[in-house]
Amino acid sequence: MHIVVCVKQVPNTTQVRIHPETHTLVRDGVESVMNPFDENALEMALQLKESHPDTVITVLTMGPSQAEAVLREAVGRGADKVMLLSDKALAGSDTWATSYALSQAIRTMSPRPDLVLFGKQAIDGDTAQVGPSVATWLALPCITCAFGLEVADGRAKVKRSFEDGYEILEVALPCALTVVKEANVPRMASLRGKMAAKKLVIEPTTAEMIGADPANIGLLASPTRVVSILSPPARSSGVKWQGEEPADMARKLVEELRQRKLI
Amino acid sequence: MAILDYGLSEMALEIRSMMREFAEARVKPVRAELDESGQFPADILRELGKMDLMGLYIPVEYGGTFEGDSMPNIIAVEELSRVCIGVSVSYAANGLGADPILIGGSEEQKKKYLPPLASGEKWAAYALTEPNAGSDAGAIRTTAVKQGDKYILNGTKQWITNGGEADIYTVFAVTDKTRGARGVSAFIVEKGTPGFSFGKKEDKLGIRASATRELIFENCEVPAENLIGREGSGFIWAMRTFDVSRPGIAAQGVGLAQGALDEAVMYAKVREQFGRPIIANQGLSWMLADMATKVETARALTYAVVRTIDSGAKDYSKFSAMCKWYASDVAMQVTTDAVQVLGGYGYMKEYPVEKMMRDAKILQIYEGTNQIQRDIIGLALNKEYAAVSRA
Ligand SMILES: Cc1cc2nc3c(=O)[nH]c(=O)nc-3n(C[C@H](O)[C@H](O)[C@H](O)COP(=O)(O)OP(=O)(O)OC[C@H]3O[C@@H](n4cnc5c(N)ncnc54)[C@H](O)[C@@H]3O)c2cc1C
Repeated sequence: MHIVVCVKQVPNTTQVRIHPETHTLVRDGVESVMNPFDENALEMALQLKESHPDTVITVLTMGPSQAEAVLREAVGRGADKVMLLSDKALAGSDTWATSYALSQAIRTMSPRPDLVLFGKQAIDGDTAQVGPSVATWLALPCITCAFGLEVADGRAKVKRSFEDGYEILEVALPCALTVVKEANVPRMASLRGKMAAKKLVIEPTTAEMIGADPANIGLLASPTRVVSILSPPARSSGVKWQGEEPADMARKLVEELRQRKLI
Repeated sequence: MAILDYGLSEMALEIRSMMREFAEARVKPVRAELDESGQFPADILRELGKMDLMGLYIPVEYGGTFEGDSMPNIIAVEELSRVCIGVSVSYAANGLGADPILIGGSEEQKKKYLPPLASGEKWAAYALTEPNAGSDAGAIRTTAVKQGDKYILNGTKQWITNGGEADIYTVFAVTDKTRGARGVSAFIVEKGTPGFSFGKKEDKLGIRASATRELIFENCEVPAENLIGREGSGFIWAMRTFDVSRPGIAAQGVGLAQGALDEAVMYAKVREQFGRPIIANQGLSWMLADMATKVETARALTYAVVRTIDSGAKDYSKFSAMCKWYASDVAMQVTTDAVQVLGGYGYMKEYPVEKMMRDAKILQIYEGTNQIQRDIIGLALNKEYAAVSRA
């Protein structure tokens, strides 16, 4: 089985702030990490490999040359092959242009993948569009928000999560999935994996090498324009009572609501 | 943070960052719960196996990653200990169980037993102590009687770390009662061997996540090929094992003391009394300064002993004993002082330092009490200076 996992390098959002005047992300001094949902997608692939040892996992990322760090991290955890799609012509791509480029990259891979996995969304853009869009370019069935996967006889049985439950879907391979956090706990890199990752030579793959139509990539080909980014207004923290008798706490609550003329 | 340059290899530095990250992510969130319930950290050890971190002391030819540098293993123990020595002892006891095989085992024994330990698929334990033989380990009474191509073991081992959890046990038993310590032999006994069973898990002051159990041998038949070395060489394997394993206990002490120091300094910076952080009081900051100095001297001594062993030195029992007692005394002092720095909060289970203080005590007891360590040093001095005074 050949599994392609698409991963993105993102700023560690626990450290990111939005500049109060320019409304852009302040990335200075912020470390870059593998998008957390992509870690779950990779883990799903690695677990599948444990039960299907003949599996080959290719990790694909599109980004600047520094993005190779997430590929090395993936190899440290057990991925077999990597592709760094990196080209000035791709810079500024929105989700439409990015998904086109990723789909072109996947088309060049041999053998063609049986599964293409994505994180549910990237924590910087939060669009959740790239996974389903790549699937559309490749004309693959796509199941979003997957948290369970079994593969047998060319079919995948997928658990798809909702806010209030889940459904089990069956789909013929090849297919695409986007993976949620609840799927698993991502492993940490192994010592031997890290040593292999250190030695790895990663040559960037260019837009030309994937036969991308120049009209479909980069800033100019991107229909989306980010007009501005705003921080949500800070919410007040509210009032909390705990540890007292329920009746006392209920009385306090009613009093508070009355005072605010809400009841 | 400023750190002393110990000239660590790239591999040792890699292990330090891996173990630090692992201990923070996987051990810290569960350590209080493991301490409370006394649950063995099986999942943690399994994950360490998957990360190739269970075989740092096992040579490459037997599936591990050891190539002459013991520092990666020592640092792995230190980093785990910084967060929880209940977990780190369960990890390090595998090495203790495997050492007699590494030191005295045949090529066949090494090939059979070391690879599954290196991969973490199996765990090991070391069984010397008995109800009536603690410090006086030469007084053990478990017997092994040869019958054809088997030895029949009878007796009870007490307080064996990883007992019941481990798959492979190195067990010391008397093959010749007339010869005292020279009548002791070492055997590899696998879990599941008929006649080999376990007592209940002990309820302990500290290192509560670790499993400490009795091993019971009732006409337990062990294949003769599981004898390590010759008959009568067991006590030598037991003592040589301690010579290489005691720096591991020292590393536990260094890590534990470092963890307690970290907690104490962070707390002293934020806790305010009399209108300022308590660290602003000289009386308190001097305490922290002493704690930090003790941690670093314990670390320096421990690393120096490990390097000396790695250099191929012949005689290092004295140094192993020194770092073991020194670092474990430091751990006891620094964890006790950390509780003092946190005051009443330090005494409460919401903060980790009370556990660290309870945990520290074992380091002064197992693998030879700190009195026994001083005995070893005293004996060595007596011997060394006899040679000097004659000269
Ligand atoms: C949690 C735990 C885990 C353990 N794990 C293992 C294990 O995995 N494998 C194993 O084989 N054993 C293990 N042990 C046993 C441990 O090594 C012994 O407890 C230790 O060697 C001391 O023996 P003892 O407890 O019988 O004390 P004793 O020998 O009875 O000593 C009691 C006191 O007398 C002092 N003393 C004794 N002799 C002298 C002397 N000659 N000079 C001065 N003072 C002396 C001691 O220092 C001590 O303070 C473990 C013990 C514990 C508590």
